[in-house]
Amino acid sequence: MVHAVNGISFELKKGELLGVVGESGAGKSVTMMSLLKLLPIPPAEIVSGKATFEGHDLLKLDLEKLRKIRGGKIGFIFQDPMTSLNPVLTIGYQLTEPMREHLGLSRKNARIRAIELLDLVGIPMAKSCMNDFPHQFSGGMRQRVMIAIALACDPQILIADEPTTALDVTIQAQILEIVKRLREELGMAIIWITHDLGVVAGMADRVAVMYGGYIVEEAPVNELYAKPKHPYTQDLLKTLPNLEGKRAERLESIKGQPPSLYQVPRSCPFAPRCNRVLERCKHENPVLTSRNNNHKVACWWNPDSGLDT
Amino acid sequence: MIEETNNILLKVDGLVKHFPITRGIFRRQVGTVKAVDGISFEIKGRENLGLVGESGCGKSTAARVILQLLKATSGKVYFKEQEITSISSEDLRKRRPQMQMIFQDPQDSLNPRMTVGSIISEPMFEHQRLKVKQRRERVEQLLNSVGLDPYVTNRYPHEFSGGQRQRIGIARALALSPDFIICDEPIAALDVSIQAQVINLLEDLQEEYGLTYLFISHDLSMIRHISDRVAVMYLGRIVELASSQELYSNPLHPYTKALLSAVPVHDPVLEKKRKRTILVGDVPSPASPPSGCHFSTRCPIAEARCFKVSPEWRQVSPDRRVACHLV
Repeated sequence: MVHAVNGISFELKKGELLGVVGESGAGKSVTMMSLLKLLPIPPAEIVSGKATFEGHDLLKLDLEKLRKIRGGKIGFIFQDPMTSLNPVLTIGYQLTEPMREHLGLSRKNARIRAIELLDLVGIPMAKSCMNDFPHQFSGGMRQRVMIAIALACDPQILIADEPTTALDVTIQAQILEIVKRLREELGMAIIWITHDLGVVAGMADRVAVMYGGYIVEEAPVNELYAKPKHPYTQDLLKTLPNLEGKRAERLESIKGQPPSLYQVPRSCPFAPRCNRVLERCKHENPVLTSRNNNHKVACWWNPDSGLDT
Repeated sequence: MIEETNNILLKVDGLVKHFPITRGIFRRQVGTVKAVDGISFEIKGRENLGLVGESGCGKSTAARVILQLLKATSGKVYFKEQEITSISSEDLRKRRPQMQMIFQDPQDSLNPRMTVGSIISEPMFEHQRLKVKQRRERVEQLLNSVGLDPYVTNRYPHEFSGGQRQRIGIARALALSPDFIICDEPIAALDVSIQAQVINLLEDLQEEYGLTYLFISHDLSMIRHISDRVAVMYLGRIVELASSQELYSNPLHPYTKALLSAVPVHDPVLEKKRKRTILVGDVPSPASPPSGCHFSTRCPIAEARCFKVSPEWRQVSPDRRVACHLV
């Protein structure tokens, strides 16, 4: 059995942008998909936990009520716009469908709003694009359409799962700019999942770092980059080459491989790769605890004293 | 300086690669994709030249044409002062061991039905006459030098992680002791914490065996770290070529400037202060590139002549070339 996500807790305030960073297999996407039960059940199984949204537990809602929230109050942008748009339906249809379903708009009104949305995300000649199919768009344009669909019903939360990973840097910069602007205009809360520490640095208010199915560190963005407390975050930031300033002679690297998720986790997931590992780390799994000013870390090692906390 | 000029390992002169677009049962040609549209540069021995650009700009096609895996439409490639674009396939075959390639996706570039040992020793079968024992020793030595346990020779690629598979690909490229290796996005498919391991390995091997790299990537900060000089490519042409230090501290071409400003930096304080040049629109299709300067349609400072006249590939200072009217 794969233990993809193991007892993680976080909260999202109104209008906040939470960045979730981690390598592939860290459990980022599975966490967010399980919130809305988007995982195929079975084989996936949500063993325990709660996800409270506006006072309701999302995990206990029946499918009918959940469907009202999916795509309505909580919008989702997926990584690959090629596979997440339906290739045989027009952009216009895919955009108006959620609005007619969730907001009860008429065909005509939904169409007017869809054109406004395409304008909003910066698609030129929005009106004539309505009858086009996804293959007629470039990658960046498709991702804009995905954003427009996610925004269609004025969501309170937007979950963006690696939305710019498949795109080139200049196109990524365009998309990031659009999201920043939309956030100011519409004021929704965003969960931004990525493996790119640079993207998060420029976008997020708060950052959660995931490793091996756990959140290992969570802090406000400036605090996290200036004073990382978990050895994984510290090492990860050191492995990245700089774009400006002095060029490092040699990159620092983290030895070893990311953990296999097949075993029941009984030790700190980072322990085999950690160079500050203590005896305790091999037997006991640290829990995410608050250190100071909203800085939470799951680690037995104390960065100030170098000893067991 | 004399030594410098003699030290040129690879010279690319006006290299062009066009692919025909055909239609109908008679495969009538209706257009051409200008994947590589006249590029020229030189690589010195033991140097590390970075080639950056967005997807679809022709980086990988250029690599394949340089290694003669694809036939050039026109233009010449000189390797160790000998032209290799028009030599016979037998002569070319003799030269192949000196030029190798490391591919992007270690999943796709290793045969899943071959053991690690046979993957690495296959080039030796083709090009060398070694005894079984010698071959086995060489494979073990190669595995050691890329940081894998020699004990793994009888395992299959699926038993390894992405980073380890890339090491196998590197060992295969080293098998014939090449002088020149093209690394085509060798770290793009790897996790962040594994990327640094592979980059360090490539640097160590360069030091140890005196290799020359053409390092293709879209990761600008990694290129800055590993390269001595950097060439920036846009829509089939090189727009700027300079030493890594100069290019990053003082980019001249408007595309280089925009590209550098678009890279997110992993420092929130710095990131919020940076000025961004956001390019409008997408990269045009290489099947119908704009006339004049290829970048003119997205360039923030384009003038009338940029849309009509192709800029010359000019030398602006020693070891620095730019293709722009306005520099």
